[in-house]
Amino acid sequence: MENSVLIRTHDLDKIYSLGLTDLKALDRITLSVARGEFVGFVGPSGSGKTTLLNIIGSLDVPTSGSAEVLGRRIESLSHKESAGLRNRHIGFIFQTFNLLPVYTVYENVEFPLLLQGMESSRRKQLVGDALEWVGLADRADSRPAQLSGGQSQRVAIARAIVKQPEIVLADEPTANLDAANSHHIMKTMAQLNEDLKTTFIFATHDEKVIGYLKRKITLVDGKIAKDETVEKTTAG
Amino acid sequence: MISFLFKGLLRDRTRSLFPLLTVLSGVVLTVFLHAWLNGSISSLIQSTAHFSTGHVRVMTRAYAKESGQIPNDLALLGIDTLMAELKAEYPDLLWTPRIKFGGLLDIPDAKGETRAQTPVSGLGVDLLAPESPEWRVLNIRQAIVKGRVPSHHAEVLIGEDLAEKLRVQPGDTATLISSTMYGSMSVANFVIAGTVRFGIVAMDKSTVIADLSDVQQALDMQRGAGEIFGFFADDLYHEERGDAVTLDFNRRHAFSPKDTLAGDASFSPVMGTLRTESGLADYLDYVGVFSGVIIGVFVAAMSIVLWNAGLTGSLRRYGEIGIRLAVGEDKTHIYVSLLAESLMIGFIGSVLGTLVGLAVAYYGQVKGFDIGSVLKESTMMIPSLIRARITPTTFVIGFLPGLLATFLGTAISGIGIYRRQTSQLFKELES
Ligand SMILES: Nc1ncnc2c1ncn2[C@@H]1O[C@H](COP(=O)(O)OP(=O)(O)O)[C@@H](O)[C@H]1O
Ligand SMILES: [Mg+2]
Repeated sequence: MENSVLIRTHDLDKIYSLGLTDLKALDRITLSVARGEFVGFVGPSGSGKTTLLNIIGSLDVPTSGSAEVLGRRIESLSHKESAGLRNRHIGFIFQTFNLLPVYTVYENVEFPLLLQGMESSRRKQLVGDALEWVGLADRADSRPAQLSGGQSQRVAIARAIVKQPEIVLADEPTANLDAANSHHIMKTMAQLNEDLKTTFIFATHDEKVIGYLKRKITLVDGKIAKDETVEKTTAG
Repeated sequence: MISFLFKGLLRDRTRSLFPLLTVLSGVVLTVFLHAWLNGSISSLIQSTAHFSTGHVRVMTRAYAKESGQIPNDLALLGIDTLMAELKAEYPDLLWTPRIKFGGLLDIPDAKGETRAQTPVSGLGVDLLAPESPEWRVLNIRQAIVKGRVPSHHAEVLIGEDLAEKLRVQPGDTATLISSTMYGSMSVANFVIAGTVRFGIVAMDKSTVIADLSDVQQALDMQRGAGEIFGFFADDLYHEERGDAVTLDFNRRHAFSPKDTLAGDASFSPVMGTLRTESGLADYLDYVGVFSGVIIGVFVAAMSIVLWNAGLTGSLRRYGEIGIRLAVGEDKTHIYVSLLAESLMIGFIGSVLGTLVGLAVAYYGQVKGFDIGSVLKESTMMIPSLIRARITPTTFVIGFLPGLLATFLGTAISGIGIYRRQTSQLFKELES
């Protein structure tokens, strides 16, 4: 269905100039992602996964070609507009430095809502729901330093979904987690995808993550090498 | 959002404490120096007014030309009419005639031979009239160290240090040797009624204060006076009013060129203000500039320190800034929030610094700081005990460097965030 397409790229190139030579990090990427997908960019390190994810997340712009996210052309957004897109419609989860250390779990999750200027009773409700989702309602007043790696990453998931975004982008979300925690957060995200129809896009080379994906887009040297839909999901 | 930032500041000591201490110490110094400068300037002005020039003074034109030499041969004569005019026309000022003179003070021994002799600077003021403004202006009663104030003719007060040097007591006699306004030698005998200390080295070491009428008699200056001082009732120098009075008086007593040729002009009265008469004019201007320079220096120094703190701080906060960018905060917003944060610190630091600075300044106002030993040979009208002085400006002056420096420091260090592309910034933060 045409109107359910959230993300569409066409002949997208990203070239880094390295002094004398150029490095083509992304090479003619053309793809589309529909609402409710649970998709991952997979491939070896250096294949361009992060670069592509950052462009979709409007943290970066393509060198040529186009990227359209939620009807907006990434390459022509002002920094204010791209911040607005991230703030309201896109949640991010990274491998590291995910939380603001001086704030509590509650405040970390509340932050995107504060930026939106949302009134406090609504904030309270949404933050409560999000923490409930990730199973950390009882740790609302803890500081990040008091949490385990798995708990920290679940707070990051809560922060990404609290504003009920259309898209969540997760770059190597399990890289610093052990197997049990990796499966735990992947299940949480798969559940959110089921229940809220939130679109998840991963960049990963972790087999544990790949096992949960419904669609795998394999990148090699900045090119799409394979784009396959997985029939059944392996849960655990 | 502000309270969110504020929470972060409170919890992150490295982010708040060092800049706070920087601001605090700069503000304390600014406030304290300002009060100090105020205090020394106002006491310099005050004692210059009291002893040298009044807030305004009237002399003959000829006397005015070389007033530093105290040319009593060119003194005002028939001052009663002039005094009456001044009191009638400018009743908001206190008017009082003075004669300054130089001479030798001779202390006789029991047989009447000279036991000690020293040059002195004399001051003839109205000491005997109970309504004389000099009681207030010179604050004589408080200045008495030994003895009492003169109550009869031919009684004098002498500086306490001078009395010590000459080894004289109240009740001793002294002979003043000087010259009359017509140039002949004058010898007059006095009884020392008391000794005084004004806290001004130049005065306490060499001054003899006698009643005006005695001096007039001794120097053959009947109904004359070298100068007539005018003082504002609150003992503060009001420049605008002083200028206005001076302009008005001098217009009344202006002479046409014809009169000048006739030779009358040199003995007509002319008025001058503290500012012009004291030679403090430039000095007073410097003070204004100097205050500005002090604040400028503090702003610059503190800005540089805070700028560096801001740079290391934003290195340390790369992670935080990266998250905020990703969560969807606009980089302009981040920059503004860094500024807001620093202004909070600047404000708190300025408030605390002002409080501490005022406390120190208050101590300096009550206790003072003795610079007498520095001024041992000084002839300046600077009190040996300098006190800080707190004025309304003292309460706000610290906010200028406090807020400006934090603002500048952060504005400069944060420019990197503002100028770079979000993607570029994010990459740097990521690595
Ligand atoms: N800012 C940059 N400047 C230059 N080269 C970069 C930059 N960011 C990424 N690259 C290069 O682009 C390629 C793709 O990187 P990346 O998207 O991070 O790959 P992946 O996430 O798949 O490991 C790599 O060769 C990497 O070195
Ligand atoms: Mg990567």
